Amino acid sequence: MSNDTPDPSPNGQTPDGTKKPDLPPGLADGSDDQDQGASDEETSPGTKKPDLPPGLGGENGESDAPGTKKPAGPPGAKKPAGPPSPGSDDDGDDGPTLPPGYGGDGAGEALSREDFQSDQEVRWCPGCGDYAILSTVQRLLPDLGVDKENVVFISGIGCAGRFPYYMDTYGMHGIHGRAPAIATGLKTSNPELDVWVVTGDGDALSIGGNHLIHVLRRNLDTQILLFNNEIYGLTKGQYSPTSDAGTISKSTPYGSVDRPFNPVSVALGADASFVARTMDRDPQHMKAMMRAAHDHDGTGFLEIYQNCNIFNDGAFFEFTERETKDERALFLEHGEPMTFANGTRGIRLDTLQPEVIDLEADDWSVDDCLVHDETSQELGTILGRMSWQDDDGDPIPRLDETGTQLPRPFGVIHRTERPTYAERVHQQIDTVTAEQGDGDLDALLRSGETWTIE
Amino acid sequence: MSAPADTTDTKEIPEATVLFAGDSGDGMQITGSQFTLASAYAQNDLATLPDYPAEIRAPAGTTFGVSAFQLHFGAEEVRTPGEKVDLLVAMNAAALKVHLHRVRPGGTIIVNVNAFEEKDLTKADLDQNPLTDGTLDDYQVQEVPLTEITREALSDTDLSLQKVDRSKNMFALGLALWMYSRPVEPAQEWIREKFGDKPAIRDANLTVLEKGFHYGETVDAIGTRYEVNEAAMAPGTYRAVRGAEALALGLVAASVKSDLRLFYGSYPITPASDILHELSEHKNFGVITFQAEDEIAAATSALGASFGGDLGVCATSGPGVALKTETIGLGVMTELPLVVIDMQRGGPSTGLPTKPEQGDLLQAVYGRNGEAPLPVLAATSPGDCFHTAYEACRIAVKYRTPVLVLADGYLGNGSEAWRIPDTDTLPAFDVDFETEATERTMHKDQDGNDQFLPYVRDPETLARAWARPGTPDLEHRLGGLEKEHQTGNVSYDAENHQKMVEIRAQKVQNVTQDIPPTQVYGHSDGDLLVLGWGSTKGAIEEATERAVDRGRRVGSVVLRHVWPLPADLADVLGRFDHVLVPELNNGQLIRVLRDQYPNRDFTPLNKIQGRPFRAEEIVEKIGSLLGRPAPA
Repeated sequence: MSNDTPDPSPNGQTPDGTKKPDLPPGLADGSDDQDQGASDEETSPGTKKPDLPPGLGGENGESDAPGTKKPAGPPGAKKPAGPPSPGSDDDGDDGPTLPPGYGGDGAGEALSREDFQSDQEVRWCPGCGDYAILSTVQRLLPDLGVDKENVVFISGIGCAGRFPYYMDTYGMHGIHGRAPAIATGLKTSNPELDVWVVTGDGDALSIGGNHLIHVLRRNLDTQILLFNNEIYGLTKGQYSPTSDAGTISKSTPYGSVDRPFNPVSVALGADASFVARTMDRDPQHMKAMMRAAHDHDGTGFLEIYQNCNIFNDGAFFEFTERETKDERALFLEHGEPMTFANGTRGIRLDTLQPEVIDLEADDWSVDDCLVHDETSQELGTILGRMSWQDDDGDPIPRLDETGTQLPRPFGVIHRTERPTYAERVHQQIDTVTAEQGDGDLDALLRSGETWTIE
Repeated sequence: MSAPADTTDTKEIPEATVLFAGDSGDGMQITGSQFTLASAYAQNDLATLPDYPAEIRAPAGTTFGVSAFQLHFGAEEVRTPGEKVDLLVAMNAAALKVHLHRVRPGGTIIVNVNAFEEKDLTKADLDQNPLTDGTLDDYQVQEVPLTEITREALSDTDLSLQKVDRSKNMFALGLALWMYSRPVEPAQEWIREKFGDKPAIRDANLTVLEKGFHYGETVDAIGTRYEVNEAAMAPGTYRAVRGAEALALGLVAASVKSDLRLFYGSYPITPASDILHELSEHKNFGVITFQAEDEIAAATSALGASFGGDLGVCATSGPGVALKTETIGLGVMTELPLVVIDMQRGGPSTGLPTKPEQGDLLQAVYGRNGEAPLPVLAATSPGDCFHTAYEACRIAVKYRTPVLVLADGYLGNGSEAWRIPDTDTLPAFDVDFETEATERTMHKDQDGNDQFLPYVRDPETLARAWARPGTPDLEHRLGGLEKEHQTGNVSYDAENHQKMVEIRAQKVQNVTQDIPPTQVYGHSDGDLLVLGWGSTKGAIEEATERAVDRGRRVGSVVLRHVWPLPADLADVLGRFDHVLVPELNNGQLIRVLRDQYPNRDFTPLNKIQGRPFRAEEIVEKIGSLLGRPAPA
């Protein structure tokens, strides 16, 4: 079990050998929050995305204006930081408009981002990807139209485990790996609650792997935010179950010999009804994915690539940074052809094997591209493995020169409808009660053969 | 072997113990429970103990495939399932071999002679036939060609030979019922109901049952028929209840009386699974039974349900408690109600899964990381399981703490005649959720906003304020990190940690307010106090009674509250010269006692054989401590 030390004391060597600046613990004072979250602020309400030909541009910030410092966020007028105005829909790129009744100004008083911020000092390392995730959640919640008192965050152990303390909602910081099981009891006990599970790659896939697969198969109506940074942060830098084979870490000075888990494939293997992937450096997309996970009736499993700038800096930069993001990230949208690199390349399926096609040359067009169908588990399985490992199980070499390398998919990889766990539990209770009548304690105690002594 | 008697007389006896033993497939558990039912109809006091192999389908005819059911019934108070067997029904050679030592000299043995062929002896690993080699010289033996008679009785049916042979247990039942003058009607009724849709099987069983009953009358071989009169029991309505069943009923009662939904998280483990089976039948009480993916999820889901405002409960056995330990610690830190039932079994590790042992007391009292005390209760009889489960829930909710309940397979599988409680007389079970912001529970946080204080305490109990998610304005965070006094915020402050550790310990000590005065059985002062806990109560009280009958000034106390100990226990100890502590372990309660009462001497009596105490073992120890009794 990891030891839950409170203060990150970065001490130098990162896997790539670069020396990181020593940062005193407790420096994080919320300013990073703004820094990290700023790209999200840049979206003015109602910003229209430029019209793009079908398949081009996906739906997110790939069309970053050159020179923009932030890794993500569509171009738009910079807006002073502050809470979104009540009822504003600052992510009009979410797709379909919200159903009636949603939108934060429905029943009661409209809530703002501040309403979801607790008075506790956020103590993640400065520059940690967790800040962007926290900020995105706090911005999303007012839009979801749920009553604040019904929102509960449950976490395990690890850096991500501190998440509930920073939310001014109900919450429980549980024990290592067990958040899905705590959530199962809570949500089944009170299905009215809006339960979120916050976990990390070690918490969810190593010590808590069992609970993760079972909560997914049961389809508990909850959101699971898996902060994947491919390293153990809170215990100061051991390799994790998602670390690439060969990772040099505190516990693997000669390189790890473990084959890593692919969280999306694990979730699909456990018959998850909603599986999506997003990244901390694209708050727009992250917010859209969180909203989609929340809208889903069942377990909304969301893998978030999260940068640990202390122990595993840059693990996902090829997908998240401006220089390479277009080439390496494929943003999926249901019913749309799969294209990337600003629409210059696409994905087609050659039997069961996805391959990159060049849409600028004469041979292929958008019509040849694979069209995303998030309801297909088979397609989800292919997409989950895409750009993951080569035939020998080694990580796909990053950024090759040929341009034929498969990008990694982000977005909703799979979504299907099926009854949720708490729903079925309570239906069964209702059915039995309808058949047998409400329980009568005295009758129960007197059931079976009895005899009376006068 | 005794000579056949000419006539059958009926002899009145105060109590008797019968033991049905056969192969796992011989239906001995059914035979035993039907005999129990008939004894209940005869209004005897009773106690039962099934004894079956850990293997599900051990090879037929072998000693490790023997399944048995023991029943003690009487016109007087019955405290244990019986120490010496008066009648053994042995369906095959292996059953005789395994259980012969439990029969008292002169006791009766009914053997199915058809199961003592050469192959049967070989399977039972017997060199010689015990029916002929003098082994049974000291017993009354009735050799009955049970298989043969059953086949004959059913010769005109179309049933397969296998099905015919499976009904031979009904012959044994019928014969045993006749021998002890029990009514045959309850068994007949049961057969009619059980096999209502299988008329051929139903009729075969009824025929064979009747054959067995009449066999006693028509065959002169059986000399004496016994009668056990109605027991003089306290007025009330009774039923036979198994401990596992009683635990489940106690939980349901707690849920009904508290108006809290019962959430029961469980992972199958012997001998706790029967509680899950029982509770899963009672969904019309709103009970949620959750068969979790593992022991840890069973506990954490229950804690999650408690966080939501349910009555979160889980049950397991020792190995499962080990896995739940971290969750229990989280329950201590978050100060949420959680009831964990430990059906103890022989250990360590997987140990003796089907055998009783009081091996987990220290694990229950001390077995967590950090300073993590919690109340520990121990059920003392199958019927007491009901009250102990109820009380554990009440304490857990009242004090917002995990509570451990210690029971074992001996209690769980065993049954006794249980006086059904009047539910109006059960202790009041109030729940005081915080439902709105009050001056007592609110403060201004660092940002100047109103914040709920989840760790504000009730001055009487020290229980913290309990608000369910879903309650407006009372949002708060719990967790495993140390809590700041009152606010519940994470705190690494040195002074605060010590304060919180002390508060949590004091809160658990406050449970003594809810412990009733200690009742001493036998002499209330004198030479020796027998001090035990949990399931040894029957044997300890039986032993106390025998010692008192023999002129000894002996009293006994069997603790239901193992931690904290009753406040008046020191006073009780002070009234006796010696204190004997019998335990089915290597000395666990005694360590707690030596720690709590360092100026007292305690004498251990330890039995670690996967078997309960016999009262006589305790009587002997009392004798050796006190010397020869003074002349009366």
